[in-house]
Amino acid sequence: MSAIKNSILAEPHSYPAAAVGVSVLDRIGNTPLLRLSRVGREFPEVEFYAKAEWFNPGGSVKDRPALNMILEGERSGQLRPGKIILDSTSGNTGIAYAMIAAAKGYHVELCLPASATVERKRILAAYGAELVLTPGDEGSDGAIRRVREIYAADPDKYFYPDQYSNAANWRAHYQTTALEIWEQTRGRLTHFVAGLGTSGTFVGVTRRLKELNPAIRCISLQPDSAFHGLEGWKHMATAIAPKIYDPSLADDDLPVRTEDAYKMVKRLAREEGLLVSPSGAAALAGSFQVAKALPRGQRAILVTLFADSGDKYLSERFWEED
Amino acid sequence: MAVKVIIPTPLRPYANRQESVEFDARTVGEALAGLTTEYEELRKHLYTDDGKIRSFVNVYLNDEDIRYLQKENTQIKDGDTISIVPSIAGGSAAPAAGR
Repeated sequence: MSAIKNSILAEPHSYPAAAVGVSVLDRIGNTPLLRLSRVGREFPEVEFYAKAEWFNPGGSVKDRPALNMILEGERSGQLRPGKIILDSTSGNTGIAYAMIAAAKGYHVELCLPASATVERKRILAAYGAELVLTPGDEGSDGAIRRVREIYAADPDKYFYPDQYSNAANWRAHYQTTALEIWEQTRGRLTHFVAGLGTSGTFVGVTRRLKELNPAIRCISLQPDSAFHGLEGWKHMATAIAPKIYDPSLADDDLPVRTEDAYKMVKRLAREEGLLVSPSGAAALAGSFQVAKALPRGQRAILVTLFADSGDKYLSERFWEED
Repeated sequence: MAVKVIIPTPLRPYANRQESVEFDARTVGEALAGLTTEYEELRKHLYTDDGKIRSFVNVYLNDEDIRYLQKENTQIKDGDTISIVPSIAGGSAAPAAGR
């Protein structure tokens, strides 16, 4: 695979020719595709690759859909100067909205459970987002209910992207992530594996990859139970299914246990030098399930995606345990 | 001591759909043992096979994470509330509003 590596080194990202320096928004996307050469050695026939999405300036894959939803809002006229971007999120999408809005001069108002960590609240506040805290014991549902009330009371004041229902979410991946994977592997990938949250990543990448080569196997991953520790992932059978989710796209759908993800977080850090989030590690744990199910001797080039780094998860208890 | 255990939404199907259950217990561990004895199906969601609370399950006595108290040996006072909160709201999630 040295050809791919060399090509990345030889062709740095292209920036707008007229610009001296670039905007932080220009650095969204075009993330590295990392070869995982050590952690997957029990599967010698399989090459594992992961999109390192924490290379996005907001630190996660969510920069892509957040930017596309905001651009689409501007194109459609729903988002105009003076309008406030409003949504509910305690996670990476909120950070992406807050960063992009700051760079474009919009105000952002986010509903989030009071139980979100201090670090997250401070990141959001640092970008100038206004935070509406909802009761912690109501979780993300409480935040969703509150955002709907606020929007219903004054819809002209706000732009409410609603990442679960907005086609610009999955289209961000259809237009960028999927093509990057295709080019970075020179179209050689045989499998794409990704976890489901809003489902935007899996739906958008799968739709485009299947157009480019219908033989690519696309496998979605979910937490093994409604009660889990994989931030950003959804157990679809028990959750309110996102409107953009299309279960028929997946060739297979596999469950991942939170503890397996935690083990993989530690392995990736110690064996590959990659400190990824539990959901990122879960994507690799699921990829190993896919590899394990392959017929003996079948070669495969498997691509998955690490949504964010482990930085925001260092206070979790699994670090203190075996 | 009478203690109220608040069941998180995803686990309510395994506890007769109740939001909370009251127990008589002296420690947090006793209250959780009472809960998982009465509702057997909850056990595999809350504990590992070797009987430890799963790593992503945070248990609070009132507003305090029991890992910063005496863990499962934390003593209970009459009228206390125990909350079980998965860590997916981002790290150490406190159950009460305004934290």
